[in-house]
Amino acid sequence: MNLAYRDVRHSLGRFLLTCFGLSLLLAVVLSMIGIYRGLVEDALTLVRAPAVDLWVVESGTRGPFAESSRIPGDTREAIARLQGVTAAGSVTYQSIEARHRGEKLRLYVVGYEPGRPGGPDRIATGRPIGRSHYEMVADRRSGLSPGDRVPLGRNTFTIVGLTDGQVSSGGDPVVYITLRDSQKLQFDLAPPAARREVARGAGPAGPAGTDTINAVVARVSPNVPVDSVADAARRWKHLAATTQAGQETILTRSVVERARKQIGLFTALLLIVSAVIIALILYTMTMDKLREIATLKLIGAPDRTIIGLIVQQALAMGAIGFGFGALLIVAVKDHFPRRVVLQPEDALALAAVVLLVCLLSSGLGVRLALRVDPATALGG
Amino acid sequence: MGVITPREPLVAARNIFRHFGEGATRVDALRDVSLDVRAGEVVALLGPSGSGKTTLLNVIGCILEPSAGWLSLDGEVVYDGRWLRADLRRLRLEKIGFIFQFHNLLPFLDSSDNVAVVLDLAGFDAAAAAKRAAELLDYLEVGHRRKAFPASLSGGEAQRVAIARALANRPRIILADEPTAALDSQRAGIVMDLLRRVAVEQDAAILAVTHDEKIFDRFDRIFHLRDGRLETAAVTADAVPGGV
Repeated sequence: MNLAYRDVRHSLGRFLLTCFGLSLLLAVVLSMIGIYRGLVEDALTLVRAPAVDLWVVESGTRGPFAESSRIPGDTREAIARLQGVTAAGSVTYQSIEARHRGEKLRLYVVGYEPGRPGGPDRIATGRPIGRSHYEMVADRRSGLSPGDRVPLGRNTFTIVGLTDGQVSSGGDPVVYITLRDSQKLQFDLAPPAARREVARGAGPAGPAGTDTINAVVARVSPNVPVDSVADAARRWKHLAATTQAGQETILTRSVVERARKQIGLFTALLLIVSAVIIALILYTMTMDKLREIATLKLIGAPDRTIIGLIVQQALAMGAIGFGFGALLIVAVKDHFPRRVVLQPEDALALAAVVLLVCLLSSGLGVRLALRVDPATALGG
Repeated sequence: MGVITPREPLVAARNIFRHFGEGATRVDALRDVSLDVRAGEVVALLGPSGSGKTTLLNVIGCILEPSAGWLSLDGEVVYDGRWLRADLRRLRLEKIGFIFQFHNLLPFLDSSDNVAVVLDLAGFDAAAAAKRAAELLDYLEVGHRRKAFPASLSGGEAQRVAIARALANRPRIILADEPTAALDSQRAGIVMDLLRRVAVEQDAAILAVTHDEKIFDRFDRIFHLRDGRLETAAVTADAVPGGV
């Protein structure tokens, strides 16, 4: 006779309610792990989108994501001429806040040269940018649709295509416009400031001019080591070069590191809180059954029966709680403002942790149960 | 009254001592207690609060180790200065049935399973345990409540199910702790009649701690405990099989 099952069946509603409470807690833990993974994934999505091997940025910086980088617009031509480079493109990156249908819209704007590396890797809906001005490819996360018109700076852009899952490391949806438009957006001064620059004799675009970019991205022939091309680029004293792997490392180890650590720490704290709550639930469940346990011991139940009663319920609670939690987070993860990436290995690891916590926590209940004096079942 | 053949006592306790604490805090709960309870007897243990009744019940129930003495249950010496059986749990399961003041039925099992659980613990298969449980519940006239959970049983029904549980493993010694305290006088009388029937038909010895004056006349003998000492063994019924 399985006493654990009988007990659960008898007070099924209460047990399921407890499991549901636990599942909410575990759903939060799972979502934190998912956000943690999503943060890294988001950061890498942007850097992987151009599908390049080399990033050339301003000397002394680790741009364009970790630090600001400004290099002359003609750098692309110089890099394209290096031996082994099969294609190169100029890119700019900037965060911008626009308004669309009365709503504030934070966007991460990528400027690129259509036909060269740096643009979106795949258009999910619509078409790529086909005109040299005022067309935009936006990510679905922006909520924009093909045909929508969005004012950026002093111009209005029309959405011609949509990408899927392209956001910046800060979670802002990515939009692509042409390099020329992005340079105007980033470097053109507002009319009063431009008039001031003209008055100072510096020209309407300011001292830096407008043909400035943040980086050059390049594809390298498979027969040529990327490091040798990077070394060649570094010979220009005003340039720095990193490989794709190096750029990814900069992003994960530098740009999102603090957020990663914070979410990691929060996840660890949540796990500890969950463990304490699970232990308390199991301890209370055992406390509620002390008289029954004393009676069982008195009528001759072996310790393994008592242990089985507690441990089986603990494991059932952990398994059901985790199952509910996982289902819940799978159902709602797409409604989170940030990407939640649920990886099977993370879910399995959490399941193992939860079951381990349940086992360890049930140890408290088992200890309490085994110390119950069977004489307490009798009066007096 | 016919000729009565003395029988071996099912419970035989000799010179049982039990104290708690040492020195100034020492309390002598049992002092030189000796008693016999034979098959077919229904015996009461009376005494004021703190007189040692429950301590004696715990000692005979192999829950509490005496400080000194000798104890035999169902012909087996189980204590002689020390426990002679390593597995007292098994001993209780095989030899002793317990009846409690508040029935102590497991709330998550129905009446049938509350009885069958003892047989399950003893290693019976589920079908045999269910059959025996049904027989016992019918015997105690609560067969119609076999699927009812304790919360839905009346006090009298719950106590009958508890008696059925105590009898499940065919123990020859039944220890009852205030078995009628939670019942009105009519139901208390019914329960005592049942216990007497069990003692006679199952050839069992029943030792009950009680304060319930309305059932004193239902016992074969009444032991009085005062300050840990057994004072008297009043004979209350005509047919006492054997004697002390």
